[in-house]
Amino acid sequence: MLKANIIPLFVIIPLLSAFLISLLGKYLKRQFIYVFSNISCFLLLYFSFYGLNMLRSCGSNIFVYKIGGWAPPFGICLVFDGLAGFMLVIVNLIAFIVNIYSLNYIEKYTDKPKFFTLVFLMLTGMNGLIVTGDLFNLYIFLEVASLSSYALVAFGTDSEDLEASFKYAIMGSLASIFVFLGIAILYGFTSTLNMADMAMIIAEKTGSRIIPFVSVLFIVGFGTKAALMPVHAWLPDAHPAAPASISAMLSGVLIKTLGIYALARILFNVIGISSAISSILVFLGALSLSVAVLLAFAQTDLKRLLAYSSISQVGYIILGIGLATPLGILGALFHLFNHSAIKSLLFLNAGAIDYAAGTRDLREMSGLKEKMPVTANTSLAASLSVAGIPPFAGFFSKLIIIFACIEKGYIGYAFIAVIGSILTLATFMKMQKLAFFGKLNEKYNYLKEVPLAMKLSMVVLAVICVCGGLLLLPRWNFFLSDAANVLLEGSHYAVKVFEAVK
Amino acid sequence: MSTYLLCLVLFCIGLYGLLRKRNLVKIIVGLAIMGYSVNLFFVLLGYRLHGRAPIDAPDQVIENMVDPLPQAVVLTSIVIGLGVMALLISLAIRIYEKHGTLDITKIRKLKG
Amino acid sequence: MENNKSGMTLFVKTSSRLVAVLGLIFGMHIILHGHLAPGGGFAGGVIIALSFVLLILAFGKDAALSKLSLKLASNLENVGALLFLIIGLLGFSGGAFFLNVLVKGSPFRLFSAGTIPLNNVVIGLKVGVGLFVIFLTLVILEKSKKEQ
Repeated sequence: MLKANIIPLFVIIPLLSAFLISLLGKYLKRQFIYVFSNISCFLLLYFSFYGLNMLRSCGSNIFVYKIGGWAPPFGICLVFDGLAGFMLVIVNLIAFIVNIYSLNYIEKYTDKPKFFTLVFLMLTGMNGLIVTGDLFNLYIFLEVASLSSYALVAFGTDSEDLEASFKYAIMGSLASIFVFLGIAILYGFTSTLNMADMAMIIAEKTGSRIIPFVSVLFIVGFGTKAALMPVHAWLPDAHPAAPASISAMLSGVLIKTLGIYALARILFNVIGISSAISSILVFLGALSLSVAVLLAFAQTDLKRLLAYSSISQVGYIILGIGLATPLGILGALFHLFNHSAIKSLLFLNAGAIDYAAGTRDLREMSGLKEKMPVTANTSLAASLSVAGIPPFAGFFSKLIIIFACIEKGYIGYAFIAVIGSILTLATFMKMQKLAFFGKLNEKYNYLKEVPLAMKLSMVVLAVICVCGGLLLLPRWNFFLSDAANVLLEGSHYAVKVFEAVK
Repeated sequence: MSTYLLCLVLFCIGLYGLLRKRNLVKIIVGLAIMGYSVNLFFVLLGYRLHGRAPIDAPDQVIENMVDPLPQAVVLTSIVIGLGVMALLISLAIRIYEKHGTLDITKIRKLKG
Repeated sequence: MENNKSGMTLFVKTSSRLVAVLGLIFGMHIILHGHLAPGGGFAGGVIIALSFVLLILAFGKDAALSKLSLKLASNLENVGALLFLIIGLLGFSGGAFFLNVLVKGSPFRLFSAGTIPLNNVVIGLKVGVGLFVIFLTLVILEKSKKEQ
């Protein structure tokens, strides 16, 4: 059982950092806070890789940690399996890189200790949500992450920030109420809150009408957190309003952890996915990927364009997960990984332009490539990757999702996915042309490239965008296939959890 | 059964307030009512007929007690609701500072 | 009495002072008996916070702030959260996070149940001070609005 001892660290480290920074931040120098926050982010990243490696080397593909020594189903347990490891690596990688970027970027905001406290609380919520094996703790961590993200969106305290945050908080709380109602009904049905125990009881009681109802509640709740199309209205306001490094985390990992991961974990591993629910997910995915990209094309605000594009890419992921075939889930998880890196990078680029030139309006900027070569080139790599140009990672993940559609016989959806990809290419060509190519606007002659820490983090993310396709090679393949297998084995998850506890 | 229906009525009142009212504070109140209706529903799920409070004392026979787990869970959910309310109210105060009004149709700057 | 200009009338001040002391003691009772009776850290913390809020309502913001400054209050809140985490971490000495490592004692006594009363006290501190800070922050926001 000793090997499972690292699992609670994913919650302890960010929580401890958050309160220590909040307590001591007022009395210490700025540099100390930066160093401290980077060290704890690095530790989290290290432990996620370490856990994943341990999972490979030790043969059993699941670790279960009993909090306070109380065994499930009565105690609270933390579960670390292939999917949790996959998500933890993504979340902590993006958090680490964004933290490095924040070193320079956050200069213009006052009250840096509060900023880092909120970031670490958000990280606590996301990490906790990923490792928890208990439905009610999932709700608590969901709310911890959401609450700190509401506050971070309003961090600039301009009137637009406040309004966006208010809208986001109202819709997010409504989504949480739906999730909580779903959990309440499930508790009434199964008399347990442990996810593994619940999965076993639901597998025995078949043919109930409660399960489809609860599935729809969860799709509404988590779908709002993931900004699926009919309930997306908060995202295009909230993500641009936040500071750029926070936008990168919100778009890169928060909507995926709170929305897609939680939905997939519950639908596949706990209550089981039926063909009707699967077709609802596929439809919603196709709807958001096609409509949101059209809206993205019409935007002139750089960050709003990126936010709409996020809705569209989340549509791809939901489409792949909704197919519920091995190929579809593999493609969806691969696209999740790629999109985290791509969209974080694009938001960091937008932040760099804002930092240097002080504008977000695409019509005002022109020819910035001349003055900001690193930003322009990394942004070009991310744009090509998200649009699906062959050697880049985004191409492979979209190709797998389209193949999965054809394999299942959904030719129409495959066609929509292709059209969506072409429109994404058009959107990002427009963005690149307006922002970086063409003649330099004369008022930007004074511009300089952004400081070293910001450049470094953008280059690292660009390398991930370009080389992400290597994950499909047989040597690295386990990273994706282990995660996909967890979802594919369905309620067998429960058996594995109880075996690991013994 | 009728108690569950009352929860539904309460939920719908909250939803009405959330969707129909234009004052920011009234929207927040609507959200709070919705949250509490779900909390009430969860507590009622744990009730059994003529059940007693689940408190253990030295000379007490443990029988026919209501389910204590929903109560613990709902207490936590109320704490979370408190945090959300505090944040929303402070946002509303700041918005009032900037615009001088709480009417949501007059402060809308962001589109779609 | 020390500050007659701000706040409400003498009757309200005197009676609220009495009630606030009773509320404080009652909140502490609820917190300390959290492992024996209904209540516990959160409920007791709310009662303690409300007795402070009562004082603010009766005497005005400044009188309350002279007793407990906002900075000290928010520091105390952080200390409460950190102590709770440290009690959880103490469990690692016995092998698991949040393991009850202390002596359990016999049931239904005040000094029993290992770390649970300690957790209650720490949560009471955190919630009591936290609610007080929330109230004060909202009051200060409201104040700054009126001055504009």
